[in-house]
Amino acid sequence: MRPRLEARIGASRTMVYATPVLAVALTMACGSVLFAALGHHPPAVLYAFFIQPLSSVYDLAELTVKATPLVLCAIGLSFGFRANVWNIGAEGQLTLGAIAGGGIALWAGDDAAAWVLPAMIVAGLLGGAAWAAIPAFLKTRFNANEILTSLMLTYVAILLLSYLVHGPWKDPDGFSFPQSRMFADSVLLPLLTMGTRLHLGAPITLFLALGAWWVMARMFIGFQIKVVGLTPAAAGLAGFSVNRLIWITLLTGGALAGLAGLFEVAGPIGQLQPSISPGYGFTAIIVAFLGRLHPVGILLSGLFIALSYLGGETVQIELGLPLAVSGVFQGMLLFFLLAADVLVRYRIRWRRAAMVQEAG
Amino acid sequence: MEILAAVLISVIGAATPLLFAAVGELVVEKSGVLNLGVEGMMVLGAVGAFAVTLTTGSATLGILAGAAAGAAMALVFALLTLTLLANQVASGLALTIFGIGASALLGRSFVGMPVTRLPQLDLPGLGDLAIIGPLLFGHDVLVYLSILSIPLTIWFLERSRAGLVLRAIGESHQAAHALGHPVILVRYLALLFGGAMAGLGGAYLSLAYTPMWAENMTAGRGWIALALVVFATWRPGRLLSGAYLFGGITVAQLHVQGFGFAIPSQFLSMLPYVATIAVLVAISADGTRARLNAPASLGRIFHPEA
Repeated sequence: MRPRLEARIGASRTMVYATPVLAVALTMACGSVLFAALGHHPPAVLYAFFIQPLSSVYDLAELTVKATPLVLCAIGLSFGFRANVWNIGAEGQLTLGAIAGGGIALWAGDDAAAWVLPAMIVAGLLGGAAWAAIPAFLKTRFNANEILTSLMLTYVAILLLSYLVHGPWKDPDGFSFPQSRMFADSVLLPLLTMGTRLHLGAPITLFLALGAWWVMARMFIGFQIKVVGLTPAAAGLAGFSVNRLIWITLLTGGALAGLAGLFEVAGPIGQLQPSISPGYGFTAIIVAFLGRLHPVGILLSGLFIALSYLGGETVQIELGLPLAVSGVFQGMLLFFLLAADVLVRYRIRWRRAAMVQEAG
Repeated sequence: MEILAAVLISVIGAATPLLFAAVGELVVEKSGVLNLGVEGMMVLGAVGAFAVTLTTGSATLGILAGAAAGAAMALVFALLTLTLLANQVASGLALTIFGIGASALLGRSFVGMPVTRLPQLDLPGLGDLAIIGPLLFGHDVLVYLSILSIPLTIWFLERSRAGLVLRAIGESHQAAHALGHPVILVRYLALLFGGAMAGLGGAYLSLAYTPMWAENMTAGRGWIALALVVFATWRPGRLLSGAYLFGGITVAQLHVQGFGFAIPSQFLSMLPYVATIAVLVAISADGTRARLNAPASLGRIFHPEA
């Protein structure tokens, strides 16, 4: 008996929903083995990782605060991934959004008018979109691979931020720490509940996710994106402009990532620092795939991956495990998800080798 | 002259890890597979080589461990993309995310610990020659191995039967399969080779270039190696000049900082990344030249019964 894969006629609806759950279960099983190998009691680690961060209102608010940038970036990326546009530079676009919006906050100073925060949001969107416009231009004009250009631009963006907070934008009264002044209270995102860090960015993100669903499911551009991704030849015959879709998906992804960056600096952080994101832009790739490139799925997977960040912090404090455990968990999760995805498009047939030879 | 020799020696040091990783990836891509996980394989190779060298005291074992760590990561990628038919781009990204996390986890107890730099190969007399002595004969075994890998790869791809089969599979896996060539097996082997080479690149970083382990110490070199394959238009001979050009840019940036030019260090550190983009654009703009050598099946999933 040896297994072989037989192509399904269409994607299995059941498996589309079942594989993320299967991947999470496999990751937890594998994670338990890993923790046992590191000399920890697996149930204790899993409890600290996945249950403890959900045990109070403050923790739930923190979960939403962490999920917000992940969901924003992932929704932007999902447009591109569906059209086979591989923007993996969301981290850089997030950084540029933070620089553009944060620059306005610093320029406005301590007595900022009411229009400054909306202006910062617009600047965040534009900053991220501008950074994503570079790979879009290089791809459509020179056919340069967007995977590599968007990634290289991430390093450039992080160095640019580092220059600004070490140099011209450094807080003169900051005891030479590399960080900007604190933003004025009037330009910070309003908090939703007192005593937590839950800010206005979360409901805006929810609203944008629903909007993204509407665009993909109901609008012609969403249809074009799906056709280009599934059968590029048919898209060509239908006269859809691939270059136009490259521009649209990259600019949208960049704008949403830039918004995520602005929400971080105008929300939980409140100033510009050398490091404004623990790799949200990269992790968003996992969020996008785990959510099946679907806005509602991305909302759920964003919350789950946010939990892996909080869980990583908890096990660091409680059990002395390094924060890198989060990355290992996230990487494993993507492995298992990609592996389990074979079940969506193929079914496994168990046949005797002899029968295979007969048939083939 | 002695300064020039010193600069050239540091260029060689900066180029060697790029060369290893790029040669491996070139063979992988020639077989029709796009493995974007070079960065992840490299960083795991770096921590593997460092950990084994430190605990056993043997650099040879360390180098082998680096190659094995890279190959093990490549095996996971091969399982996902060749056996389970997963998307190659997504799988490569997963490999990088996992590699960076896993290397940080494995290497946490080694941060800040010293290891003896990989020794120079001592050829009696030759190393003492003025200027060209240290330049030509003053390197460690990995530097020579990386340079030697170029003619060996050219010979393999262009002169050997196995290399011909590998290239045929990369051009059209359906046609090669119809002729009876083992598409999946050849791609597995190519990926293992690519992983081992990326692991060697990582080993060079942690054992010779900066003999220590630091989290995320590859700093995008795996991605630059991917860009180098495009730069070389999939021809191994050109990898050498590409890797040394990028090594030169990395070193130039350090030396400009050293000479105290009033350019903020961050702008100089951007140079290798900006240069990568510039080079990609220059090569890709001339579409036909790049496409002539690019494997036609690159990145496409192969399922014999489809």
